Amino acid sequence: MIDLSHIEKIYDSAAGPVHALKDISLHINKGEIYGIIGLSGAGKSTLVRCINLLERPTKGTVTIEGKDITAMNNSELREARKGIGMIFQHFNLLSTSTVFDNVAFPLQLSNTPKDKINSRVTELLDMVGLADKADQYPSQLSGGQKQRVGIARALASNPQILLCDEATSALDPQTTKSILQLIKDINRKLKLTVVVITHEMQVIKEICDKVAVIDKGVIAEQGDVLDVFITPQKPITKEFISVLLSNELPVDFRHIEIKDEPFEDSILLMRLTFIGETANDPIISSLVKKYDVSADLFFGSLDDIKGAPFGRLIIGLDGSQNDIHAAMDYLREQKVKMEVIGYVSRHASSHH
Amino acid sequence: MSADMLPLITKALGETVYMVVVSMIISSILGIPLGVLLHTTSKGQILECLPINRVVGAIVNAIRSIPFIILMVAIIPLTRLIVGSAIGTTAAMVPLVLASVPFIGRQVETSLREIPYGIVEAAQSMGATPLQIIRKVFLPEAMPNIVAQLTTVIISLIGESAMAGAIGGGGLGDLAIRYGYQRFRPDIMIATVIVLIIMVQIVQFAGNKLAKHLDKR
Repeated sequence: MIDLSHIEKIYDSAAGPVHALKDISLHINKGEIYGIIGLSGAGKSTLVRCINLLERPTKGTVTIEGKDITAMNNSELREARKGIGMIFQHFNLLSTSTVFDNVAFPLQLSNTPKDKINSRVTELLDMVGLADKADQYPSQLSGGQKQRVGIARALASNPQILLCDEATSALDPQTTKSILQLIKDINRKLKLTVVVITHEMQVIKEICDKVAVIDKGVIAEQGDVLDVFITPQKPITKEFISVLLSNELPVDFRHIEIKDEPFEDSILLMRLTFIGETANDPIISSLVKKYDVSADLFFGSLDDIKGAPFGRLIIGLDGSQNDIHAAMDYLREQKVKMEVIGYVSRHASSHH
Repeated sequence: MSADMLPLITKALGETVYMVVVSMIISSILGIPLGVLLHTTSKGQILECLPINRVVGAIVNAIRSIPFIILMVAIIPLTRLIVGSAIGTTAAMVPLVLASVPFIGRQVETSLREIPYGIVEAAQSMGATPLQIIRKVFLPEAMPNIVAQLTTVIISLIGESAMAGAIGGGGLGDLAIRYGYQRFRPDIMIATVIVLIIMVQIVQFAGNKLAKHLDKR
């Protein structure tokens, strides 16, 4: 659907050339919600603007549904852009036009007959839940309502692709949720391919199927959101995820020695991550039943990533070394991600 | 108040209004596109073309740096070429227009510069042509500001039209100088000033009202 191939972007600045994007290649499938996450200045906004050529890459090609849009002339490119809707962090609505006229804007650009505009705009405003605001001006709307107008406007010419440039970054958490829900709904209903640019892992977690982490102009990591969440490879990715999923140990274990080898009166501390169906299986209780070990639960959380349950536990295994190793082998067979933290004193935890 | 005063003032007022209105219309027709040109050809803009931008900008600056009274006299040959005479109300409009066009150009440019680039980008992302962006984004979005600034231009035109009176353009300025000053008629001088004050007040009031009505921000 969208293919970015070896994209480079170099800006001239007063301080010399700035290499904003370095050899970026991405493939985005039809109907997918693809997230691109990065810190500010990482190049993510430049990258999304390369998809509709608001920014022209210095090198590389952008192919959309098999058509190389970097090779198009201006009028072909304008036509192609009508198939790519875009929404923005600051909404970018026309302040002197009503909600209705803002949504009608792209249709007026292509000289759509008035009655068609009327019915299409009414339909769109209905879809985003703003049917009663048609005659108001953007200044009379809340941030969330403005973004809904932005979405309606972006969808007016029936695009195949929706680009979201930090679309929820200026909104409060409650409104962010409702806008993300709306994006998810239209993605399903219209089979729209959506590209989401954000600096918030929450947004990725909530709606994206795939994610690319961009850092200093390069893709640090990309893949299925679940995989990236469970086995992040790069420090930058871990950092993004840690905002949502704290990797800190329970407070009792933070200031004591953690050893790689067992010692007198030690227990083995490990972190277990359950994904999807396994999150509901009674793995710990069968572990204790099957092996001669005891398992103390020190921390547990249940979350969900795009609807899939996602559980995390920190347990302490106590028993003979043989039994512990057997228990670990058992855990490895399950669809559980196991991470050994180390051996700590059994007495470290004050309530044990 | 003497009996001759009312017809004198009415006639002069008519001439002033004629000079200001017609010069304003012609100046706007030329000045607004000039402002659009100045803005859209500047760096990073939709029709970026720095050579054009610099040349036009330099010409605008040059004309704007000439005091009106000197401009008026300096371009007499040009006025004669266009109107056929250098004297009279119509002839006075040539320098008035020449002075106002660059003024309006700069004012419009400033208004356009205040429009967030994001809105332009949004229009581009929807496949708008540069002309569509000018017509449907730049001008409507800047209109409240442009109206406010054109109000200022009208007021300075009223002032300049009085100077134009001195070279035979007629109007209130001419009346004030010929009767009020040269014929020692302070009543006419005062009456002219009062009429000018009222005119400026009305223009400013109407301009403010209209700008406020258009402003939806």
